[in-house]
Amino acid sequence: MRRGARTLADALVLAALASYAIPFFWQLLTSFRPEAELLRVPPLLPSQLTLAHYRAVIERSVMPQALANSFGIATLTTLLALAVGVPGAYAVARLPLPGKRLLLLAIVASTAFPQIATVSPLYLLMRALDLRDTWSGLVLVHTSFALPLTIWLLAGFIREIPIEAEEAASVDGAGLPGLFRWVVIPLLAPGLAATALLTFLFSWNEFLFAYTFTVSEASRTIPVALALFPGVFEVPWGDIAAASMLASLPPVLIVVGLQRFLVRGLVAGAVKE
Amino acid sequence: MTRREVVNRRRGVLLLAPTVLALGTLTVYPGVWVLWLSLQHRIPIFGVSRFAGLDNYAFLAVDSRFSSAAATTIIFTVTSVALEVALGVAAALAIHAQRGGRRVALSLLLLAWAMPAVVTAKLFEWLYHPTAGLLNVALGGGHALNWLGDPRLALPAVVLADVWRTMPFVAVLCYARLLAIPAELYEAAQVDGAGRLATLVLITLPMLGRILLVAILFRTLDALRAFDLMFVLTGGGPAGTTETITVYAYRALFQTLQLGFGSALSVVVFVLVMAVAWAYLRLLRTSTVTA
Repeated sequence: MRRGARTLADALVLAALASYAIPFFWQLLTSFRPEAELLRVPPLLPSQLTLAHYRAVIERSVMPQALANSFGIATLTTLLALAVGVPGAYAVARLPLPGKRLLLLAIVASTAFPQIATVSPLYLLMRALDLRDTWSGLVLVHTSFALPLTIWLLAGFIREIPIEAEEAASVDGAGLPGLFRWVVIPLLAPGLAATALLTFLFSWNEFLFAYTFTVSEASRTIPVALALFPGVFEVPWGDIAAASMLASLPPVLIVVGLQRFLVRGLVAGAVKE
Repeated sequence: MTRREVVNRRRGVLLLAPTVLALGTLTVYPGVWVLWLSLQHRIPIFGVSRFAGLDNYAFLAVDSRFSSAAATTIIFTVTSVALEVALGVAAALAIHAQRGGRRVALSLLLLAWAMPAVVTAKLFEWLYHPTAGLLNVALGGGHALNWLGDPRLALPAVVLADVWRTMPFVAVLCYARLLAIPAELYEAAQVDGAGRLATLVLITLPMLGRILLVAILFRTLDALRAFDLMFVLTGGGPAGTTETITVYAYRALFQTLQLGFGSALSVVVFVLVMAVAWAYLRLLRTSTVTA
Protein backbone atom coordinates (compact mmCIF):
# COMPACT_ATOMS: atom_id res chain seq x y z
CA MET A 1 0.00 0.00 0.00
CA ARG A 2 2.65 2.50 1.12
CA ARG A 3 4.82 1.28 -1.66
CA GLY A 4 2.09 1.96 -4.17
CA ALA A 5 1.69 5.52 -2.89
CA ARG A 6 5.45 6.00 -3.21
CA THR A 7 5.49 4.85 -6.82
CA LEU A 8 2.56 7.13 -7.57
CA ALA A 9 4.39 10.11 -6.05
CA ASP A 10 7.50 9.29 -8.11
CA ALA A 11 5.42 9.11 -11.26
CA LEU A 12 3.79 12.45 -10.46
CA VAL A 13 7.15 14.16 -10.02
CA LEU A 14 8.37 12.74 -13.33
CA ALA A 15 5.16 13.85 -15.02
CA ALA A 16 5.58 17.35 -13.60
CA LEU A 17 9.18 17.52 -14.86
CA ALA A 18 8.17 16.15 -18.26
CA SER A 19 5.61 18.93 -18.55
CA TYR A 20 8.31 21.36 -17.49
CA ALA A 21 10.21 20.31 -20.60
CA ILE A 22 7.16 20.92 -22.83
CA PRO A 23 8.67 24.00 -24.55
CA PHE A 24 11.44 21.74 -25.80
CA PHE A 25 9.21 18.84 -26.82
CA TRP A 26 6.77 21.21 -28.51
CA GLN A 27 9.58 22.58 -30.66
CA LEU A 28 10.68 19.00 -31.38
CA LEU A 29 7.16 18.18 -32.57
CA THR A 30 7.00 21.39 -34.59
CA SER A 31 10.21 20.44 -36.38
CA PHE A 32 8.41 17.36 -37.79
CA ARG A 33 5.07 19.10 -38.48
CA PRO A 34 3.97 19.59 -42.11
CA GLU A 35 4.25 23.18 -43.29
CA ALA A 36 0.52 23.50 -43.96
CA GLU A 37 -0.38 22.57 -40.39
CA LEU A 38 2.07 24.85 -38.60
CA LEU A 39 -0.34 27.70 -37.96
CA ARG A 40 -3.38 25.45 -37.58
CA VAL A 41 -3.32 24.62 -33.88
CA PRO A 42 -5.37 22.94 -32.44
CA PRO A 43 -5.29 20.02 -33.14
CA LEU A 44 -2.11 19.63 -31.12
CA LEU A 45 -0.94 16.54 -32.98
CA PRO A 46 -0.11 16.80 -36.69
CA SER A 47 -1.80 14.48 -39.17
CA GLN A 48 1.61 13.12 -40.19
CA LEU A 49 5.29 13.69 -39.52
CA THR A 50 7.70 15.06 -42.12
CA LEU A 51 11.43 15.48 -42.52
CA ALA A 52 10.95 18.42 -44.90
CA HIS A 53 12.13 21.04 -42.41
CA TYR A 54 15.33 19.16 -41.63
CA ARG A 55 15.94 18.69 -45.33
CA ALA A 56 15.46 22.42 -45.94
CA VAL A 57 17.81 23.35 -43.11
CA ILE A 58 20.52 20.90 -44.09
CA GLU A 59 20.36 21.43 -47.85
CA ARG A 60 19.47 25.10 -48.19
CA SER A 61 20.70 27.01 -45.15
CA VAL A 62 24.01 27.96 -43.54
CA MET A 63 23.27 25.67 -40.59
CA PRO A 64 25.63 22.82 -41.59
CA GLN A 65 28.51 25.29 -41.86
CA ALA A 66 27.45 26.91 -38.56
CA LEU A 67 27.40 23.49 -36.88
CA ALA A 68 30.91 22.81 -38.15
CA ASN A 69 32.08 26.23 -36.94
CA SER A 70 30.54 25.74 -33.51
CA PHE A 71 31.95 22.27 -33.19
CA GLY A 72 35.45 23.37 -34.19
CA ILE A 73 35.47 26.52 -32.10
CA ALA A 74 34.05 24.85 -28.98
CA THR A 75 36.48 21.93 -29.26
CA LEU A 76 39.52 24.16 -29.78
CA THR A 77 38.39 26.46 -26.96
CA THR A 78 38.07 23.50 -24.61
CA LEU A 79 41.51 22.14 -25.53
CA LEU A 80 43.20 25.52 -25.23
CA ALA A 81 41.46 26.38 -21.95
CA LEU A 82 42.59 23.07 -20.47
CA ALA A 83 46.14 23.42 -21.84
CA VAL A 84 46.45 26.83 -20.22
CA GLY A 85 44.20 26.11 -17.24
CA VAL A 86 45.65 22.84 -15.92
CA PRO A 87 49.16 24.25 -15.27
CA GLY A 88 47.63 27.50 -13.99
CA ALA A 89 45.27 25.69 -11.65
CA TYR A 90 48.11 23.50 -10.39
CA ALA A 91 50.16 26.59 -9.56
CA VAL A 92 47.19 28.15 -7.78
CA ALA A 93 46.36 24.99 -5.84
CA ARG A 94 49.81 23.74 -4.89
CA LEU A 95 52.65 26.21 -5.35
CA PRO A 96 53.75 29.37 -3.55
CA LEU A 97 53.13 32.42 -5.68
CA PRO A 98 53.92 36.08 -5.23
CA GLY A 99 50.72 37.99 -4.45
CA LYS A 100 48.64 34.82 -4.29
CA ARG A 101 45.68 36.28 -2.37
CA LEU A 102 45.30 39.11 -4.84
CA LEU A 103 45.63 36.70 -7.74
CA LEU A 104 42.88 34.43 -6.38
CA LEU A 105 40.65 37.44 -5.87
CA ALA A 106 41.29 38.54 -9.46
CA ILE A 107 40.36 35.08 -10.77
CA VAL A 108 37.14 34.96 -8.74
CA ALA A 109 36.27 38.51 -9.76
CA SER A 110 36.82 37.75 -13.43
CA THR A 111 34.34 34.84 -13.31
CA ALA A 112 31.75 37.57 -12.68
CA PHE A 113 33.03 39.77 -15.51
CA PRO A 114 30.15 40.89 -17.75
CA GLN A 115 30.91 40.30 -21.43
CA ILE A 116 29.41 43.63 -22.38
CA ALA A 117 32.16 45.36 -20.38
CA THR A 118 34.91 44.24 -22.73
CA VAL A 119 33.09 43.81 -26.01
CA SER A 120 33.89 47.29 -27.38
CA PRO A 121 37.67 47.22 -26.84
CA LEU A 122 37.80 43.57 -27.93
CA TYR A 123 36.04 44.55 -31.13
CA LEU A 124 38.71 47.19 -31.82
CA LEU A 125 41.42 44.68 -30.91
CA MET A 126 39.99 41.99 -33.20
CA ARG A 127 39.80 44.50 -36.03
CA ALA A 128 43.35 45.73 -35.47
CA LEU A 129 44.71 42.16 -35.41
CA ASP A 130 42.61 41.10 -38.41
CA LEU A 131 40.97 38.38 -36.33
CA ARG A 132 37.38 39.32 -37.08
CA ASP A 133 35.36 36.59 -38.73
CA THR A 134 37.95 33.91 -37.99
CA TRP A 135 37.88 30.79 -35.84
CA SER A 136 41.09 31.88 -34.11
CA GLY A 137 39.57 35.15 -32.95
CA LEU A 138 36.60 33.49 -31.32
CA VAL A 139 38.70 30.67 -29.85
CA LEU A 140 41.01 33.21 -28.19
CA VAL A 141 38.15 35.29 -26.80
CA HIS A 142 36.16 32.26 -25.62
CA THR A 143 39.24 30.76 -23.99
CA SER A 144 40.13 33.88 -22.06
CA PHE A 145 36.53 34.28 -20.98
CA ALA A 146 36.16 30.66 -19.87
CA LEU A 147 39.58 30.52 -18.22
CA PRO A 148 38.73 31.90 -14.75
CA LEU A 149 35.99 29.32 -14.22
CA THR A 150 38.18 26.58 -15.72
CA ILE A 151 40.97 27.39 -13.26
CA TRP A 152 38.56 27.73 -10.37
CA LEU A 153 37.07 24.28 -11.01
CA LEU A 154 40.40 22.58 -11.75
CA ALA A 155 42.12 24.07 -8.70
CA GLY A 156 39.35 22.57 -6.55
CA PHE A 157 39.76 19.16 -8.16
CA ILE A 158 43.56 19.31 -7.85
CA ARG A 159 43.27 20.00 -4.11
CA GLU A 160 41.39 16.69 -3.82
CA ILE A 161 44.39 14.74 -5.18
CA PRO A 162 46.35 13.24 -2.28
CA ILE A 163 49.53 15.31 -2.04
CA GLU A 164 51.53 12.16 -1.12
CA ALA A 165 51.21 10.95 -4.72
CA GLU A 166 52.89 14.10 -5.98
CA GLU A 167 55.58 14.00 -3.30
CA ALA A 168 56.39 10.40 -4.16
CA ALA A 169 56.79 11.43 -7.79
CA SER A 170 59.20 14.26 -6.97
CA VAL A 171 61.22 11.98 -4.69
CA ASP A 172 61.51 9.64 -7.66
CA GLY A 173 63.04 12.56 -9.51
CA ALA A 174 60.18 13.22 -11.91
CA GLY A 175 60.42 16.65 -13.49
CA LEU A 176 57.47 18.93 -14.06
CA PRO A 177 56.34 17.26 -17.32
CA GLY A 178 56.61 13.81 -15.71
CA LEU A 179 54.63 14.98 -12.70
CA PHE A 180 51.76 16.10 -14.94
CA ARG A 181 51.97 13.15 -17.31
CA TRP A 182 52.07 10.41 -14.69
CA VAL A 183 50.43 11.83 -11.57
CA VAL A 184 48.30 14.95 -11.93
CA ILE A 185 46.49 14.26 -15.22
CA PRO A 186 45.53 10.62 -14.50
CA LEU A 187 44.27 11.43 -11.00
CA LEU A 188 42.48 14.50 -12.28
CA ALA A 189 40.61 12.70 -15.09
CA PRO A 190 37.02 12.90 -13.73
CA GLY A 191 37.43 16.55 -12.77
CA LEU A 192 39.05 17.24 -16.11
CA ALA A 193 36.02 15.73 -17.87
CA ALA A 194 33.60 17.83 -15.81
CA THR A 195 35.55 21.01 -16.52
CA ALA A 196 35.87 20.20 -20.22
CA LEU A 197 32.10 19.70 -20.54
CA LEU A 198 31.30 23.04 -18.94
CA THR A 199 33.87 24.85 -21.08
CA PHE A 200 32.53 23.19 -24.23
CA LEU A 201 28.95 24.12 -23.36
CA PHE A 202 29.96 27.70 -22.61
CA SER A 203 31.62 28.09 -26.00
CA TRP A 204 28.83 26.26 -27.86
CA ASN A 205 26.13 28.45 -26.28
CA GLU A 206 27.97 31.79 -26.23
CA PHE A 207 26.20 34.49 -28.23
CA LEU A 208 27.33 38.05 -27.49
CA PHE A 209 30.96 37.74 -28.63
CA ALA A 210 30.13 35.34 -31.45
CA TYR A 211 27.47 37.70 -32.77
CA THR A 212 29.80 40.70 -32.63
CA PHE A 213 33.02 39.25 -34.00
CA THR A 214 31.61 37.24 -36.90
CA VAL A 215 30.58 38.70 -40.20
CA SER A 216 29.93 35.80 -42.56
CA GLU A 217 29.21 32.12 -42.56
CA ALA A 218 32.97 31.50 -42.48
CA SER A 219 32.89 31.75 -38.71
CA ARG A 220 29.28 32.21 -37.59
CA THR A 221 28.46 29.81 -34.80
CA ILE A 222 25.15 28.06 -34.39
CA PRO A 223 23.51 30.51 -31.92
CA VAL A 224 24.36 33.38 -34.28
CA ALA A 225 23.08 31.56 -37.36
CA LEU A 226 19.89 30.70 -35.47
CA ALA A 227 19.36 34.28 -34.28
CA LEU A 228 19.83 35.51 -37.86
CA PHE A 229 17.77 32.71 -39.42
CA PRO A 230 16.35 34.24 -42.59
CA GLY A 231 12.67 34.53 -43.36
CA VAL A 232 11.78 36.37 -46.54
CA PHE A 233 8.03 37.05 -46.42
CA GLU A 234 6.99 34.96 -43.46
CA VAL A 235 8.75 33.36 -40.53
CA PRO A 236 9.72 29.76 -41.39
CA TRP A 237 8.67 28.34 -38.00
CA GLY A 238 9.20 24.72 -39.03
CA ASP A 239 12.71 25.32 -40.34
CA ILE A 240 13.57 27.35 -37.24
CA ALA A 241 12.31 24.49 -35.07
CA ALA A 242 14.50 22.02 -36.97
CA ALA A 243 17.52 24.35 -36.70
CA SER A 244 16.89 24.77 -32.94
CA MET A 245 16.92 21.03 -32.51
CA LEU A 246 20.24 20.74 -34.35
CA ALA A 247 21.67 23.53 -32.15
CA SER A 248 20.53 21.69 -29.00
CA LEU A 249 21.87 18.31 -30.03
CA PRO A 250 25.29 18.38 -28.30
CA PRO A 251 23.92 19.92 -25.08
CA VAL A 252 21.13 17.33 -24.99
CA LEU A 253 23.59 14.48 -25.58
CA ILE A 254 25.78 15.81 -22.76
CA VAL A 255 22.84 16.10 -20.36
CA VAL A 256 21.59 12.60 -21.12
CA GLY A 257 24.88 10.76 -21.57
CA LEU A 258 27.39 12.56 -19.35
CA GLN A 259 25.09 13.89 -16.64
CA ARG A 260 27.29 12.65 -13.81
CA PHE A 261 30.27 14.76 -14.91
CA LEU A 262 28.11 17.76 -15.70
CA VAL A 263 26.48 17.82 -12.27
CA ARG A 264 29.84 17.28 -10.63
CA GLY A 265 31.25 20.33 -12.39
CA LEU A 266 28.21 22.48 -11.66
CA VAL A 267 28.24 21.67 -7.98
CA ALA A 268 32.01 22.02 -7.65
CA GLY A 269 31.86 25.52 -9.08
CA ALA A 270 29.40 26.61 -6.42
CA VAL A 271 30.72 24.81 -3.37
CA LYS A 272 34.47 25.30 -3.49
CA GLU A 273 35.58 28.55 -1.90
CA MET B 1 64.61 29.96 1.36
CA THR B 2 65.47 26.36 0.74
CA ARG B 3 66.38 25.14 -2.72
CA ARG B 4 63.04 23.39 -2.99
CA GLU B 5 61.15 26.58 -2.21
CA VAL B 6 63.07 28.43 -4.88
CA VAL B 7 62.30 25.69 -7.41
CA ASN B 8 58.60 25.68 -6.47
CA ARG B 9 58.35 29.42 -6.72
CA ARG B 10 59.93 29.41 -10.17
CA ARG B 11 57.65 26.56 -11.26
CA GLY B 12 54.61 28.48 -10.01
CA VAL B 13 55.45 31.55 -12.04
CA LEU B 14 56.21 29.45 -15.10
CA LEU B 15 52.96 27.46 -14.91
CA LEU B 16 50.85 30.52 -14.36
CA ALA B 17 52.47 32.62 -17.09
CA PRO B 18 50.11 31.53 -19.93
CA THR B 19 47.07 32.30 -17.75
CA VAL B 20 48.36 35.73 -16.84
CA LEU B 21 49.17 36.42 -20.47
CA ALA B 22 45.70 35.34 -21.69
CA LEU B 23 43.75 37.17 -19.00
CA GLY B 24 46.04 40.16 -19.22
CA THR B 25 45.65 40.72 -22.96
CA LEU B 26 42.03 39.65 -23.41
CA THR B 27 40.36 40.67 -20.12
CA VAL B 28 42.37 43.15 -18.06
CA TYR B 29 43.71 45.25 -20.93
CA PRO B 30 40.26 45.61 -22.57
CA GLY B 31 38.88 46.28 -19.09
CA VAL B 32 41.14 49.32 -18.75
CA TRP B 33 40.64 50.32 -22.38
CA VAL B 34 36.86 50.43 -21.93
CA LEU B 35 37.29 52.97 -19.12
CA TRP B 36 39.35 55.12 -21.46
CA LEU B 37 36.79 54.75 -24.27
CA SER B 38 34.00 55.75 -21.89
CA LEU B 39 35.71 59.12 -21.39
CA GLN B 40 35.55 59.97 -25.08
CA HIS B 41 33.13 61.10 -27.69
CA ARG B 42 33.72 58.52 -30.36
CA ILE B 43 31.40 58.06 -33.29
CA PRO B 44 33.59 56.48 -36.00
CA ILE B 45 31.16 56.93 -38.93
CA PHE B 46 31.17 60.71 -38.40
CA GLY B 47 34.90 60.79 -37.73
CA VAL B 48 34.24 62.10 -34.24
CA SER B 49 36.94 61.24 -31.73
CA ARG B 50 37.78 63.55 -28.86
CA PHE B 51 38.22 63.49 -25.12
CA ALA B 52 34.98 64.17 -23.27
CA GLY B 53 35.85 63.74 -19.63
CA LEU B 54 32.84 62.58 -17.66
CA ASP B 55 30.29 63.92 -20.18
CA ASN B 56 28.99 60.45 -21.08
CA TYR B 57 28.37 59.64 -17.42
CA ALA B 58 26.82 63.05 -16.76
CA PHE B 59 24.41 62.40 -19.62
CA LEU B 60 23.23 59.17 -17.97
CA ALA B 61 21.83 61.21 -15.07
CA VAL B 62 19.37 62.96 -17.40
CA ASP B 63 18.87 60.12 -19.90
CA SER B 64 15.33 58.78 -19.45
CA ARG B 65 16.12 55.77 -21.64
CA PHE B 66 18.90 54.88 -19.18
CA SER B 67 16.69 55.18 -16.10
CA SER B 68 14.08 53.03 -17.82
CA ALA B 69 16.73 50.43 -18.72
CA ALA B 70 18.04 50.46 -15.15
CA ALA B 71 14.52 49.90 -13.78
CA THR B 72 13.95 47.06 -16.27
CA THR B 73 17.26 45.46 -15.29
CA ILE B 74 16.35 45.54 -11.61
CA ILE B 75 12.76 44.31 -12.08
CA PHE B 76 13.99 41.52 -14.36
CA THR B 77 16.72 40.47 -11.91
CA VAL B 78 14.60 40.52 -8.76
CA THR B 79 11.56 38.74 -10.19
CA SER B 80 13.42 36.09 -12.14
CA VAL B 81 15.86 35.25 -9.32
CA ALA B 82 13.03 35.07 -6.75
CA LEU B 83 10.97 32.72 -8.93
CA GLU B 84 14.00 30.60 -9.80
CA VAL B 85 14.89 30.11 -6.15
CA ALA B 86 11.34 29.26 -5.06
CA LEU B 87 10.79 26.81 -7.92
CA GLY B 88 14.35 25.47 -7.72
CA VAL B 89 14.02 24.53 -4.04
CA ALA B 90 10.65 22.90 -4.71
CA ALA B 91 12.04 20.89 -7.62
CA ALA B 92 15.09 19.82 -5.59
CA LEU B 93 12.90 18.62 -2.70
CA ALA B 94 10.65 16.73 -5.10
CA ILE B 95 13.52 14.96 -6.86
CA HIS B 96 15.23 14.21 -3.56
CA ALA B 97 12.08 12.55 -2.24
CA GLN B 98 12.00 10.22 -5.24
CA ARG B 99 12.88 6.57 -4.82
CA GLY B 100 13.48 5.87 -8.50
CA GLY B 101 13.93 7.74 -11.73
CA ARG B 102 16.16 10.47 -10.33
CA ARG B 103 18.43 10.33 -13.34
CA VAL B 104 15.58 10.81 -15.77
CA ALA B 105 14.24 13.59 -13.55
CA LEU B 106 17.58 15.42 -13.62
CA SER B 107 17.84 14.96 -17.40
CA LEU B 108 14.41 16.51 -17.96
CA LEU B 109 15.38 19.41 -15.75
CA LEU B 110 18.87 20.03 -17.12
CA LEU B 111 17.63 19.99 -20.71
CA ALA B 112 16.32 23.53 -20.28
CA TRP B 113 19.55 24.73 -18.70
CA ALA B 114 22.04 23.22 -21.14
CA MET B 115 20.68 24.64 -24.40
CA PRO B 116 21.92 27.91 -25.90
CA ALA B 117 19.86 30.89 -24.71
CA VAL B 118 19.20 31.69 -28.36
CA VAL B 119 17.40 28.35 -28.66
CA THR B 120 15.37 29.20 -25.55
CA ALA B 121 14.43 32.46 -27.23
CA LYS B 122 13.27 30.62 -30.36
CA LEU B 123 11.34 28.06 -28.28
CA PHE B 124 9.46 30.78 -26.45
CA GLU B 125 8.94 32.95 -29.51
CA TRP B 126 7.01 30.02 -30.94
CA LEU B 127 5.12 29.33 -27.68
CA TYR B 128 4.14 33.00 -27.54
CA HIS B 129 2.91 33.15 -31.16
CA PRO B 130 -0.36 35.16 -31.03
CA THR B 131 -2.51 32.68 -32.96
CA ALA B 132 -0.66 29.36 -33.19
CA GLY B 133 1.35 29.58 -29.98
CA LEU B 134 0.84 26.77 -27.48
CA LEU B 135 0.37 29.24 -24.63
CA ASN B 136 -2.61 31.02 -26.17
CA VAL B 137 -4.08 27.72 -27.33
CA ALA B 138 -3.80 26.41 -23.77
CA LEU B 139 -5.43 29.58 -22.41
CA GLY B 140 -8.40 29.03 -24.74
CA GLY B 141 -8.59 30.56 -28.20
CA GLY B 142 -10.98 33.42 -27.29
CA HIS B 143 -8.45 36.16 -26.57
CA ALA B 144 -5.26 36.10 -28.64
CA LEU B 145 -2.76 37.69 -26.27
CA ASN B 146 0.19 39.28 -28.02
CA TRP B 147 2.82 38.25 -25.47
CA LEU B 148 5.84 39.83 -27.10
CA GLY B 149 4.06 42.79 -28.69
CA ASP B 150 2.10 44.08 -25.72
CA PRO B 151 4.22 46.44 -23.55
CA ARG B 152 2.55 45.11 -20.38
CA LEU B 153 3.17 41.45 -21.20
CA ALA B 154 6.60 41.49 -22.82
CA LEU B 155 8.73 41.76 -19.67
CA PRO B 156 6.79 39.02 -17.81
CA ALA B 157 7.14 36.88 -20.96
CA VAL B 158 10.93 37.37 -20.96
CA VAL B 159 11.10 36.67 -17.21
CA LEU B 160 9.16 33.44 -17.72
CA ALA B 161 11.58 32.27 -20.41
CA ASP B 162 14.56 33.13 -18.21
CA VAL B 163 13.09 31.32 -15.20
CA TRP B 164 12.43 28.26 -17.33
CA ARG B 165 16.00 28.26 -18.53
CA THR B 166 17.83 28.82 -15.25
CA MET B 167 15.67 27.36 -12.47
CA PRO B 168 17.32 23.95 -13.10
CA PHE B 169 20.68 25.41 -12.06
CA VAL B 170 19.30 26.35 -8.63
CA ALA B 171 17.52 23.00 -8.39
CA VAL B 172 20.67 20.96 -9.12
CA LEU B 173 22.76 22.86 -6.56
CA CYS B 174 20.08 22.40 -3.89
CA TYR B 175 19.59 18.75 -4.81
CA ALA B 176 23.33 18.08 -4.40
CA ARG B 177 23.24 19.77 -0.99
CA LEU B 178 20.22 17.72 0.08
CA LEU B 179 22.11 14.51 -0.75
CA ALA B 180 24.84 15.61 1.65
CA ILE B 181 22.59 16.13 4.68
CA PRO B 182 23.42 13.30 7.13
CA ALA B 183 20.57 10.82 7.61
CA GLU B 184 21.11 10.89 11.41
CA LEU B 185 19.69 14.40 11.48
CA TYR B 186 16.40 13.15 10.08
CA GLU B 187 16.41 10.12 12.34
CA ALA B 188 16.96 12.33 15.37
CA ALA B 189 14.08 14.54 14.25
CA GLN B 190 11.85 11.50 13.91
CA VAL B 191 12.79 10.28 17.38
CA ASP B 192 11.89 13.72 18.73
CA GLY B 193 8.52 13.35 17.05
CA ALA B 194 8.96 16.16 14.53
CA GLY B 195 6.37 16.15 11.77
CA ARG B 196 7.14 16.57 8.08
CA LEU B 197 6.60 20.32 8.09
CA ALA B 198 8.73 20.81 11.21
CA THR B 199 11.51 18.72 9.67
CA LEU B 200 11.37 20.79 6.50
CA VAL B 201 11.43 24.14 8.29
CA LEU B 202 13.85 23.24 11.10
CA ILE B 203 16.33 20.96 9.33
CA THR B 204 16.12 20.91 5.55
CA LEU B 205 15.75 24.60 4.75
CA PRO B 206 18.46 25.78 7.21
CA MET B 207 20.85 23.19 5.73
CA LEU B 208 20.15 24.69 2.31
CA GLY B 209 20.83 28.21 3.53
CA ARG B 210 24.41 28.59 2.42
CA ILE B 211 24.15 26.92 -0.98
CA LEU B 212 21.07 29.04 -1.63
CA LEU B 213 23.07 32.18 -0.98
CA VAL B 214 25.69 31.00 -3.46
CA ALA B 215 23.02 30.10 -6.02
CA ILE B 216 21.35 33.48 -5.56
CA LEU B 217 24.71 35.21 -6.03
CA PHE B 218 25.46 33.37 -9.28
CA ARG B 219 21.94 33.87 -10.61
CA THR B 220 21.84 37.55 -9.68
CA LEU B 221 25.13 38.25 -11.44
CA ASP B 222 23.89 36.38 -14.52
CA ALA B 223 20.54 38.17 -14.52
CA LEU B 224 22.17 41.60 -14.19
CA ARG B 225 24.25 41.01 -17.30
CA ALA B 226 21.60 39.01 -19.22
CA PHE B 227 21.62 39.77 -22.91
CA ASP B 228 20.97 36.85 -25.28
CA LEU B 229 17.37 36.17 -24.33
CA MET B 230 15.95 39.68 -24.63
CA PHE B 231 18.14 40.60 -27.56
CA VAL B 232 16.81 37.69 -29.62
CA LEU B 233 13.29 37.39 -28.21
CA THR B 234 12.21 41.03 -28.16
CA GLY B 235 15.24 43.08 -29.18
CA GLY B 236 14.49 45.25 -26.15
CA GLY B 237 11.00 46.11 -27.37
CA PRO B 238 8.12 46.72 -27.51
CA ALA B 239 8.59 50.41 -26.79
CA GLY B 240 11.78 49.62 -24.88
CA THR B 241 9.93 47.73 -22.14
CA THR B 242 12.41 44.83 -22.12
CA GLU B 243 15.55 46.87 -22.73
CA THR B 244 18.08 46.19 -19.97
CA ILE B 245 21.25 48.26 -19.49
CA THR B 246 23.25 45.58 -21.27
CA VAL B 247 20.94 45.64 -24.31
CA TYR B 248 21.02 49.45 -24.31
CA ALA B 249 24.82 49.37 -24.16
CA TYR B 250 25.02 46.87 -27.00
CA ARG B 251 22.72 48.89 -29.24
CA ALA B 252 24.61 52.11 -28.49
CA LEU B 253 27.88 50.37 -29.36
CA PHE B 254 26.97 48.39 -32.45
CA GLN B 255 23.71 49.77 -33.81
CA THR B 256 24.01 53.53 -33.34
CA LEU B 257 27.82 53.19 -33.23
CA GLN B 258 28.42 55.50 -30.27
CA LEU B 259 31.61 53.86 -29.08
CA GLY B 260 32.22 56.27 -26.19
CA PHE B 261 28.71 56.44 -24.80
CA GLY B 262 28.14 52.71 -25.24
CA SER B 263 31.35 52.02 -23.35
CA ALA B 264 30.14 54.23 -20.49
CA LEU B 265 26.97 52.10 -20.31
CA SER B 266 29.12 48.94 -20.30
CA VAL B 267 31.14 50.32 -17.41
CA VAL B 268 27.90 50.89 -15.49
CA VAL B 269 26.98 47.21 -15.93
CA PHE B 270 30.46 46.22 -14.81
CA VAL B 271 30.31 48.39 -11.68
CA LEU B 272 26.81 47.14 -10.86
CA VAL B 273 27.86 43.48 -11.15
CA MET B 274 31.02 43.97 -9.09
CA ALA B 275 29.18 45.93 -6.39
CA VAL B 276 26.57 43.20 -6.02
CA ALA B 277 29.26 40.48 -5.96
CA TRP B 278 31.18 42.35 -3.27
CA ALA B 279 28.08 42.91 -1.13
CA TYR B 280 27.10 39.24 -1.38
CA LEU B 281 30.57 38.00 -0.51
CA ARG B 282 30.52 40.14 2.62
CA LEU B 283 27.10 38.74 3.49
CA LEU B 284 28.35 35.18 2.91
CA ARG B 285 31.32 35.78 5.17
CA THR B 286 29.22 37.15 8.04
CA SER B 287 26.71 34.33 7.64
CA THR B 288 29.56 31.82 7.94
CA VAL B 289 30.75 33.46 11.15
CA THR B 290 27.33 33.36 12.76
CA ALA B 291 26.39 29.90 11.48
